[in-house]
Amino acid sequence: MDELARILGSIVSNATPLVIASIGETITERVGVVNLSLDGSIALAAMVGFVTAYLSGNALLGLLAGTVIGMLIALLIVVANIELKQDQVAVGFVLTLLAADLAQFLGQDYTRIPGPTFPTVPIPVLADVPFLGQIFFRHNLLVYFSFVLLFGTWFVMYRTRYGLALRAVGERPATAFARGTNVNRTRYFYTAVGGAMVGLAGASYALAIKPGWANPPVMRGDGWIALAIVIFGGWHPFRVAFGAYLFAGLRALASTIQQQTDLPLVLVNAVPWVLMILTLLLVSGGFVERLIRVAPGPVQRVLRNFLRSEPPAALGAEFSRE
Amino acid sequence: MSDGRLASRRFLGVALTLGSIAASLLLTALIIIAVGASPLEVFDKIWQGIGMKPDGIDPGRFAGVVNFWIPLALASFGLVISFTAGLWNIGVEGQMMFGAIFASWVAREIFLPSVLLVPLELIAAAIGGALWGALAGVLKTRGGVHEIFGGVALNNLASIYAIYLIAGPWQPPEGGSLQSTAPFQEAALLQPVSSGFRVSLLALVLVAVAFVVVAVALRGTRWGLELKALGKSPRSALLLGVATDRNAVLAIAACGAFAGLGGAFRVLFTYGSMRPLVSGGIGFLGLLVVLLTGTRTIWVPFVSFFFAAILAGSTRLKIALQLDQSLAGVVQGILVLMVILANGVRGRMQGQVITRLPEQTPTGAQPQSEEAASG
Amino acid sequence: MSIEVRHIHKSFGPVHANNDISLKFDDGRIYGILGENGAGKSTLMKILSGFYLPDSGEIFVDGKPVHYTDPQGAIEAGIGMLQQDPLDIGPFTVLENFVYGRPDGALPDWQAAREQLQQLSARFHFDLNPDVTIERLSIGQRQQLEIIRLLALGVRVLILDEPTTGISALQKSVLFGSLKRLAKEDGLTVLFVSHKLEDVLELCDEVAVLRLGRLVGQAKLPVTTDELVAMMFGQELAPPSHEKVAPGDVVLEVRDLTVASHRVTVEGLNLQIRAGEVVGLAGLDGSGQELLMRASVGLLKPLKGRVLINGQDMTGRPFRAFLEAGVGFGAAGRLEEGLVSGLTLTEHFALVDPEQRAWIDWERARAVTEERINHYNIYGRPDSPIETLSGGNQQRVLMALMPSSPHILVLEHPTRGLDVESARWIWEQILARRSEGTAVLFTSADLDEIMTYSDRILVFYAGQVTEVTEPESTTVEELGHLIGGQGIRKEAAA
Repeated sequence: MDELARILGSIVSNATPLVIASIGETITERVGVVNLSLDGSIALAAMVGFVTAYLSGNALLGLLAGTVIGMLIALLIVVANIELKQDQVAVGFVLTLLAADLAQFLGQDYTRIPGPTFPTVPIPVLADVPFLGQIFFRHNLLVYFSFVLLFGTWFVMYRTRYGLALRAVGERPATAFARGTNVNRTRYFYTAVGGAMVGLAGASYALAIKPGWANPPVMRGDGWIALAIVIFGGWHPFRVAFGAYLFAGLRALASTIQQQTDLPLVLVNAVPWVLMILTLLLVSGGFVERLIRVAPGPVQRVLRNFLRSEPPAALGAEFSRE
Repeated sequence: MSDGRLASRRFLGVALTLGSIAASLLLTALIIIAVGASPLEVFDKIWQGIGMKPDGIDPGRFAGVVNFWIPLALASFGLVISFTAGLWNIGVEGQMMFGAIFASWVAREIFLPSVLLVPLELIAAAIGGALWGALAGVLKTRGGVHEIFGGVALNNLASIYAIYLIAGPWQPPEGGSLQSTAPFQEAALLQPVSSGFRVSLLALVLVAVAFVVVAVALRGTRWGLELKALGKSPRSALLLGVATDRNAVLAIAACGAFAGLGGAFRVLFTYGSMRPLVSGGIGFLGLLVVLLTGTRTIWVPFVSFFFAAILAGSTRLKIALQLDQSLAGVVQGILVLMVILANGVRGRMQGQVITRLPEQTPTGAQPQSEEAASG
Repeated sequence: MSIEVRHIHKSFGPVHANNDISLKFDDGRIYGILGENGAGKSTLMKILSGFYLPDSGEIFVDGKPVHYTDPQGAIEAGIGMLQQDPLDIGPFTVLENFVYGRPDGALPDWQAAREQLQQLSARFHFDLNPDVTIERLSIGQRQQLEIIRLLALGVRVLILDEPTTGISALQKSVLFGSLKRLAKEDGLTVLFVSHKLEDVLELCDEVAVLRLGRLVGQAKLPVTTDELVAMMFGQELAPPSHEKVAPGDVVLEVRDLTVASHRVTVEGLNLQIRAGEVVGLAGLDGSGQELLMRASVGLLKPLKGRVLINGQDMTGRPFRAFLEAGVGFGAAGRLEEGLVSGLTLTEHFALVDPEQRAWIDWERARAVTEERINHYNIYGRPDSPIETLSGGNQQRVLMALMPSSPHILVLEHPTRGLDVESARWIWEQILARRSEGTAVLFTSADLDEIMTYSDRILVFYAGQVTEVTEPESTTVEELGHLIGGQGIRKEAAA
């Protein structure tokens, strides 16, 4: 039982950057902007976060620096799209490559050295709850932050008038305009917030989950995984977080199996990418519909609501008034 | 439009292009200063790296540029096809890798005279790249997985498979390096023009043929026109009688074939053996090239040559200045970003929108399939 | 609340959509704003409701000048507009949609909003469940929601843009009932935009008629239809003459066809269409008629049953095979479906030319294009990108792209959004092919259009099909009831 709690606890901890990044991207995409640069943004934020923390000796300052980096990259995409009418995907793709190379180049003198990290802070009382305490309440601050972010995002999105505006802008900007929402300002704001979360996720690798900076970066590829998780999660914070934990769990499972048998390591490395294809196949169109049709009538609607993954209708589209 | 306005548009275009290059140089210089090096020294080393000496050109180093240019140009020609069809073929990197794997398999397993073996390797490489590309295409058209995500996953799987082959089945029984297979038989390799100027004539011919094939296919054939329609509006193309699914798969597969040839060049000439990171980001660089050229095939050789020069020049930075060679990627990335932004500025100043990129957004649930088009 | 506009001008590029319009509307009255498509009615209403800014001119509320720059400002001034396609958010619930845009604090009072929503829908006998998503509502229900939303925001002037297109007879009578109550009991000013004379005559107290951007007439009801027609068109245009053609062989047959979308299922449908027949499909959007259309041309795979073209089983074949078998298909969208933005006219004609095989003969393509341009009176050059053509010209290109003598033409909303003259031209083209033996299957939201041109009518309601074999002996009212589902029950009971 304790062993299980320990494993689950480490999955929760390891999944944290993925949860934060994919919820950040969910926020961004919900206002109709695709930030494709995640894989690069996360690396650059991790590098800048680590170096800042290392030079200042302050992990919090590093976290802040990483967050700002993520926000700036996201803002670059949305400015290029709104003000200069350039394709979000094109700019995002260039930034993916550029940010990754920048991280490698600027961080070349800071690889494989120890620096400040976020310590584990058990939450009084809660940490002593049997089983659950070990899983959820004996972590560093970033893990707790991811919980707050998850519930906070859900609450704002579905319970407040800001959430109504947020979702409306990504779904049907013309309606949002008619209801008095400033479409482009809303896009700027939430893209910046989402990008900041992506940056924070990047810094949280370097300062807590996999401390330090390395070349190639340890989290390479996770940005793409986070983007896929947003789709798998149907742009809903809880489903997205579920996807991130599920993914981290399966990754942990695969590496445990590999250690206890003599399966080649390459199989474990292949797991994330096979999972990515399979989950996207699952939620995209045809397959799900065929599966659902087999089910009895009343179950169909429930299944469809649960499995189908509809992107915000105005994702990637520009808005102009007339 | 009056001559005066046309002239002022031209002027604006030239000014913005020069401006974006200047801004890129400035930003790069700042980044170099940030790591404590001298920009002038770095630019000088890059200049020397591509073979430019005060007293002429160093053929050996210039050959280095050409040898980066060949696979890059091949991949970029392929990408022009997939871009025309409106597809973000990020999987090009994996397609190069599979071309290299297929070529390596032939080079290791089949023993024939060079005149037969080399064409066989090239054909195998084209097939390998095309198959890996077609897989991304089928995932998109049949499974609704956007080609960006399919491509990223398949890139990683190709790379993992290559590592597996090198570390496993392709290891010599007595054990060898994890960084490379044993060198291929001599007959399997492309031969350089001379030992002083190590460039393969056959590969150059291949690039020229690829250029002509792509340019003609896109301008003069029905298939090219169908891809163009598909790229601009999949739904309308379908209603005009274009086989959208089949053409999407064919376009990625065709791109994969060219990328596969590029991959073959890397193993059959550059390395002479199979390596884990055989494509070395050249496929991604091809995407940057095509972001700059759009679907104008004529510009591809020039832009890709320029990028190849930056790449080749930077290889010496590590030895000469202890600087990471990722600087090449930084320079290229900044340049493309600046040009894209300058395009936007021009559009804004002229009050028009310039778009020539695929206009879809990478979401998984956006099938382009013929069945789903009925929506 | 009375509103007045003075000397309103608005241009879109070369089109002068509103040319010096001055009008006054008093409270407690219902005004009909009449005019054919493109007359400038919608533009004027969008200026009144803050969606567009006028190039010049002024708006007065109760005699005082008002200035607002967006729809929110108009609503604060008391003016709200119901768009033809209601501006709501598909995935939102009815309640969320009702709340969105209200000047609440950060946390809306969901309970109070729910009660207000239920009260208002009860008052007008609207059928709105607060917890259902908008995607599941009919256009009529979405209009109802929009009306009570605007009322809840305190709107005193209610503008409705073509609200009777695409709703059932029952929903229409509920709508008219509530509009009359709002004017008489609450003293609201109602502006009712329409191109349908009978709706205006039934509902309104006064009419204003626009033509080509100008105000051309005003009248207090009652007036005669002829007077209104004279004001709207200058003269009356009769629909193109058409005689029945003796039906020939069966060209399209569906046997025991079952097709489904997420919303609706059509089950076990049998249908035969013969050469020279015109079959109109009536029904609210999403009632199943578009499923039959798309299954008939291979764009939708049937779950069960067979589709035969000229006796040949085409079930499961791709759309291209249907094209080759002599099916012509026109989709509802224009640029979105059927024309490729960024391609020139020549490139379009080269794509559909069966003579253009592996290599494209650009000279031939150009010659073919010039010939089509002349024949179809298209205003454009062979190398014009298609998106530079006007809507009417794009419609002509679509017609020109269709096979010249197909066995069957399948057309979704062939005249949607066109002015009377263009619509007439389209039907001339369709009927010309029909007289050569082409069968026609079409949908339209305009019941008059269906009544005028069909030899047979199929009415769809929630996937159920009722056949009307003699359009001459039926009325628009009867059709309106059928598309609303009354009548199907009657049949089932009998």
